[in-house]
Amino acid sequence: MTVVLIVLAAIIVVGGAAFVATAARRRARHPGIEAPPAPTAPPKPPPPEVLTVEPEVVEPEAVEPEVVEKPRFRERLGKARSLFAGYVGAVLSRSTIDDETWDDLEEALIRADVGIHGTTVLLHELKARVKSEGITTPDALIEALKADLKKSLAGPDRGLRYEPGPPNVWLFVGVNGVGKTTTIGKVGKQQAAEGRSVLMAAGDTFRAAAAEQLATWAERAGAELVRGTEGGDPSAVVFDAVERAAARGYDVVLADTAGRLHTKVNLMEELRKVRRVAEKAPGQVTEVLLVIDATTGQNGLVQAKQFTEAVDVTGVVLTKLDGTAKGGIALAIQSDLGIPVKLVGLGEQVDDLVAFDPDEFVEALFEE
Amino acid sequence: MFDALSDRFEGIFKRLRGRGRLGEAEIDEVLREIRVALLEADVNVRVARTLIGRIKEQCLAADLAKSLTPAQQVIKIVHDALVDALGGANLKITYASKPPTVVLMAGLQGSGKTTASAKLARWFKQQGRHPLLVGADLQRPAAVEQLRVLGKQVDVPVFSEPSSAVDVAGKGLDEARRLGRDVLIVDTAGRLHIDAELMDEVRRISESIRPDYTFLVVDAMTGQDAVNVAESFNETLSLDGVILSKLDGDARGGAALSVKEVVGKPIAFASVGEKIADFEAFHPERMASRILGMGDVLTLIEKAEEAFDQEEAEQAAAKLAKGQFTLEDFLAQMQQIKKMGPLQNIIGMLPGIPKELKKAEIDDRELARVEAIIRSMTPQERRDPSTINGSRRLRIANGSGMQTSDVNQLLKQFKEVSKMMKMFGKGPKGMRGKGPQLPSMDLGI
Ligand SMILES: Nc1nc2c(ncn2[C@@H]2O[C@H](COP(=O)(O)OP(=O)(O)OP(=O)(O)O)[C@@H](O)[C@H]2O)c(=O)[nH]1
Ligand SMILES: Nc1nc2c(ncn2[C@@H]2O[C@H](COP(=O)(O)OP(=O)(O)O)[C@@H](O)[C@H]2O)c(=O)[nH]1
Ligand SMILES: [Mg+2]
Ligand SMILES: [Mg+2]
Repeated sequence: MTVVLIVLAAIIVVGGAAFVATAARRRARHPGIEAPPAPTAPPKPPPPEVLTVEPEVVEPEAVEPEVVEKPRFRERLGKARSLFAGYVGAVLSRSTIDDETWDDLEEALIRADVGIHGTTVLLHELKARVKSEGITTPDALIEALKADLKKSLAGPDRGLRYEPGPPNVWLFVGVNGVGKTTTIGKVGKQQAAEGRSVLMAAGDTFRAAAAEQLATWAERAGAELVRGTEGGDPSAVVFDAVERAAARGYDVVLADTAGRLHTKVNLMEELRKVRRVAEKAPGQVTEVLLVIDATTGQNGLVQAKQFTEAVDVTGVVLTKLDGTAKGGIALAIQSDLGIPVKLVGLGEQVDDLVAFDPDEFVEALFEE
Repeated sequence: MFDALSDRFEGIFKRLRGRGRLGEAEIDEVLREIRVALLEADVNVRVARTLIGRIKEQCLAADLAKSLTPAQQVIKIVHDALVDALGGANLKITYASKPPTVVLMAGLQGSGKTTASAKLARWFKQQGRHPLLVGADLQRPAAVEQLRVLGKQVDVPVFSEPSSAVDVAGKGLDEARRLGRDVLIVDTAGRLHIDAELMDEVRRISESIRPDYTFLVVDAMTGQDAVNVAESFNETLSLDGVILSKLDGDARGGAALSVKEVVGKPIAFASVGEKIADFEAFHPERMASRILGMGDVLTLIEKAEEAFDQEEAEQAAAKLAKGQFTLEDFLAQMQQIKKMGPLQNIIGMLPGIPKELKKAEIDDRELARVEAIIRSMTPQERRDPSTINGSRRLRIANGSGMQTSDVNQLLKQFKEVSKMMKMFGKGPKGMRGKGPQLPSMDLGI
């Protein structure tokens, strides 16, 4: 109650008083679009505490695991790298390393969403190397930068963790619209091709037609689907899915969740609960995959921090790398938080998912 | 952040003053800080360069050396430059003389097109129009189903059929004419700006329905790539406006600047949540503050302006300053605050609120409990809580369905909070300054 009182007080003081002081001034202006009426947002009704879920189970149709040529990481990545290549090209076209070289490199890294902070650190170290190793040509400079980047990405195990025994629950989390559901479809197909039996849990009970979307993917992947009621409790859906997986001897449960912004306290709490429930016997959570859209800027690092704090993220899936965005925020996520990228999304088709390869990722960044 | 930026400036200026002059070199140093701030906010590096150029000219022209508060002045210059870049002419919707007015929605995968389509439909309805939604995303599984559900929520019919995106759009137009709907909103599949085939598809849709307004929906979390996206979509579709989505998060949203620079057309709307009602006009001033990390005080004021009754607010402020704020006033103010939406959303906008408090779970049911207790008091008790003795406490507790310990807690805490409010009620410094700051508080959560 204290919190509510303080908040109320603060709003009264800040909102009320500031309003009085500035109301007149602000009346004059109303930018954007011609006077839209104020949206009247009714306070959200509190979510029901418990909700029994009638699991609607959709049996999979037998799907022949066809052998498909996986898209090559570089081929798909390389599509439109010309801008980046332009900077590096400019660097390479000069015969010496000068101020402009450093400016071009900085711009190239920032454009790749590495971030001004990460870029400054990288180039600072590179400058030291230039001195200590006597690097004089732009060629050698870029090789050194690549080596630094590769080194910073090296190390962690990027395989998806699978423990024999009770059903493995792989939880997919992330902000809205990044590609969680699509990735589940792709992972499901791959796991099935590897001979594992897959059950999908439609844990996004919020977004309109989210379960229908996953149902299509379950069909494509030849997986079974457990779904609940729209607006229901997602942890109940996941719980049912795990129970069913245990009873039927499924190897992996791929649990979808509604997209949520990491700033929404209640929704993050809901996610914690989903994880807790999934962790209970007869299940075991062996992966919590944070899906990040490669077009995301610096906010990606904040997302990774908050989601990890809430549900202990074990790996990142970097989606939409088939576009022109370079996904540089993944560098910061690994170096700051130690969370490795495990998978990369390269399109909207079921086979457009590959394992993350740090060397190729870095090479592709500098490819012309 | 705002404080951090202005502190950084102050620091630089202090150092510079010691040197006795404030020339171009010194200003460059300040501009480097501004550049960092812009890049941290995801403003495209080229756009940032252009902006910094503009800001530099203005700084030089402003003769900062003579200013007593150069840091404040620079911030104002920067802020105004951003507002200028983000603002400009408003988008004015003029309805087609031969209905329907056609609106086309486009953007990358997952940017928020379908949600924005439904929100826009609601907006048009509020303008007294009769929109028809068209589901021309035949790509993503269950995309049309999603639109149908949202259409139902806003009570707007949805047209689609499993043919081709171009056909659906065209038939949607016929359908609107047949049904006499005066606005047509066409939701399309998300597509990459470099996907030649799909870009061609959306171009053909556009040619077929000849939209009056084409909106690009851009995710506020987008990084440097926003310029490429905006450039390509603008080339293909010649955009009329931008809708910025997911502004309810904490992304600084520099992409807004990038996109605006490239497209040169107004950012018309801001999508601020997953619910249909979370949709508002775009405010360049707020966005500028946000990109610079200056908090969301303006949004708060805006909301307060809508919710608060001016006279009552003035009276309350006066009482606050005099320490005469009673539970009765509190109850009255609470009614206004409730109109501002969920507490959790509002608290994010408060300046100077400790982090722990922002992260604390604020349940609007708590609000109802507080209200129930206060409502169970007599007006006399609300004005003078000291009259509330043991038996009255029990009566209040029973009346509100709470425990006497809850009543005690509320009374005790209201006393403390009153003290706090008295301190801050004494005249806000005006929003041009930092706004009233709340001290760090012992939260006892
Ligand atoms: N928090 C928040 N979520 C939003 C906002 N707008 C849309 N979303 C969510 O973002 C996700 C994607 O939104 P959609 O409207 O389906 O996006 P889309 O562009 O139609 O996506 P595709 O059709 O898949 O390309 C959904 O989970 C929406 O609920 C917003 O302003 N804030
Ligand atoms: N180009 C591209 N699009 C993708 C990729 N992954 C997902 N998408 C698209 O992004 C949109 C949002 O994906 P969805 O799985 O619904 O996201 P969710 O809201 O996180 O579950 C859909 O239109 C997907 O088709 C990818 O790797 N590349
Ligand atoms: Mg989803
Ligand atoms: Mg859509």
